[in-house]
Amino acid sequence: MNRLQAAAPPMPIAHAPAAARRKRHLTPARIGVYAFLISAALFFLLPLYVMINTSFKPMQEIRMGNVFALPVAATLDPWRDAWGAVSHGFWNSVAIAVPSTVIPILLGAINGYALSFWRPRGANLLFGVLLAGAFIPVQVMIYPLVWMMAHAGVFGSLPAIVVVHVIFGMPLMTLLFRNYYASVPHELFQAARIDGGGFWRIFLQVMLPMSLPIVVVAAIMQVTGVWNDYILGLVFAGRENLPMTVQLNNVINTTTGTRLYNVNMAATILTAAVPLAIYFISGRWFVRGIAAGAVKG
Amino acid sequence: MPAQRLHSRFSPHLALLPMALTVLVAYIGGALWTLRTSFTASRTFPSDTYIGVAQYVRLFDNERWLLSLHNLAVYGAAFIVACMVIGFVLAVFIDQNVKGEGVLRTVFLYPYAMSFIATGLVWQWLLAPGSGIEGAMRQLGFEGFSFDWIVHQDLVIYTVVIATTWQASGLVMALMLAGLRGIDPEIYKAARLDGVPAWRVYLQIVLPMLGPTVATVFLLLTTSVVKLFDAVVAMTQGGPGIASEVPAKFIMDHLFLRSNIGLASSGAVTLLLPVLALLAPYAYARSRRARLNGGRA
Repeated sequence: MNRLQAAAPPMPIAHAPAAARRKRHLTPARIGVYAFLISAALFFLLPLYVMINTSFKPMQEIRMGNVFALPVAATLDPWRDAWGAVSHGFWNSVAIAVPSTVIPILLGAINGYALSFWRPRGANLLFGVLLAGAFIPVQVMIYPLVWMMAHAGVFGSLPAIVVVHVIFGMPLMTLLFRNYYASVPHELFQAARIDGGGFWRIFLQVMLPMSLPIVVVAAIMQVTGVWNDYILGLVFAGRENLPMTVQLNNVINTTTGTRLYNVNMAATILTAAVPLAIYFISGRWFVRGIAAGAVKG
Repeated sequence: MPAQRLHSRFSPHLALLPMALTVLVAYIGGALWTLRTSFTASRTFPSDTYIGVAQYVRLFDNERWLLSLHNLAVYGAAFIVACMVIGFVLAVFIDQNVKGEGVLRTVFLYPYAMSFIATGLVWQWLLAPGSGIEGAMRQLGFEGFSFDWIVHQDLVIYTVVIATTWQASGLVMALMLAGLRGIDPEIYKAARLDGVPAWRVYLQIVLPMLGPTVATVFLLLTTSVVKLFDAVVAMTQGGPGIASEVPAKFIMDHLFLRSNIGLASSGAVTLLLPVLALLAPYAYARSRRARLNGGRA
């Protein structure tokens, strides 16, 4: 855990603002604070509630009733239909996310290690441009990449979308590992050098084994980013490999006729389920990942 | 072992080859390719016929592009202000030593784990006239209640603001809260002894101290504004009519649906300018700081 804290900004140390520390019992001001926070929380939860609520209602109830009312005759049918509509996209997203997470993490670790300890000439300049690249709208790079992929004969395939995720995931992955390794004592590296360790040996036997915390953070960020991607999957994955987000949007926005809101909401929940599950399970690690990527950027 | 020595000497360069290729080919090469294409008469395929700045003239003569820019400005201002205000206020209230802080933080941040597609689809349902919030309010007895912005030409862009603010203000809250926790608690004590009301402490003393955090948040939000695409596609598909078109969507449509690569490239270059204008001072400040700190950023 200590190592992680070195990479992420130091975790907040709870300090009690003065007023609160002295009077523990409820004053009107305290009640106001809680009232505000609770109503804000309810507003933030409202869409999730409506989503879940709608997904269990038969269409007839949706037409008649209001979005906040609980289902009268709850049904699982919308969920079955929704899974039928997006399950292909789910497995596509899994097939895209696995290599698009493993490869960027590996490259990010190598980059961060080389940048922190070996510092070859010009590497920092490259890294600066790489970081700037994270802020550039993908529209600037998208067509040249399409053109290159088409000429390499891989456009519209699984390798194409994975390569694109490697390219656009590299700034954050490199940043995370560079900052993490920057907090590793340089003496450790020097000692390994004196013992005759080469570039790859020190990486594989010294650095990688102590990188678990940052690997977890990087995996959380990358899986979430890849899973939630729409534009890259739409352009590069090809018809056979469309990720779940693209399939979901197609199902909902290009279907003509009656809108099956219950099925739509169930499908939306299914699509959001993986990153939400990661978020709720990983909790603070997720926050640390965001903070480490954002603050040091 | 000279051979192994040599091997080890060039290993860092070899290891950074993927990063170098990404930066030089995908980022810099891609941006230059797009810049070059913006001066050509490319339609369906890239062409070598240079026509000077004619594409830019055409672009700024294009009603849809001008509307897209206008929408982006309105959206950007509203979204950034809303996220900043909501994020800061939530952070300040959570910082009042409240019970259940972990739960509240989780609730405010969970939308950030959802994709723009899922976010857009949920809000599309919530804001659907007659059936979403509007329908529910009418059923609850508010017959005249009207909330049909999503089908209203002048107001539709604000529905995108609502949805994306819901998605992103938790992130601002998390970053601001981390910033607040870094502030010396003595300040609150001193201010209380001087009888300064709490709201003035936060607005006039604490907020200026959060300068770096605010700058980071501003940079993050601005880049997400420029990239705005998925949420619009999911929520409104640019409609009603072209009322909620945005530049990123204009570019994608002209690249892949309207076969006008030249015009799309000029749009992409135009979109790149504000990002560079924003990044340049940031990069300058970084490199200055790095120089002052003796080389290590």
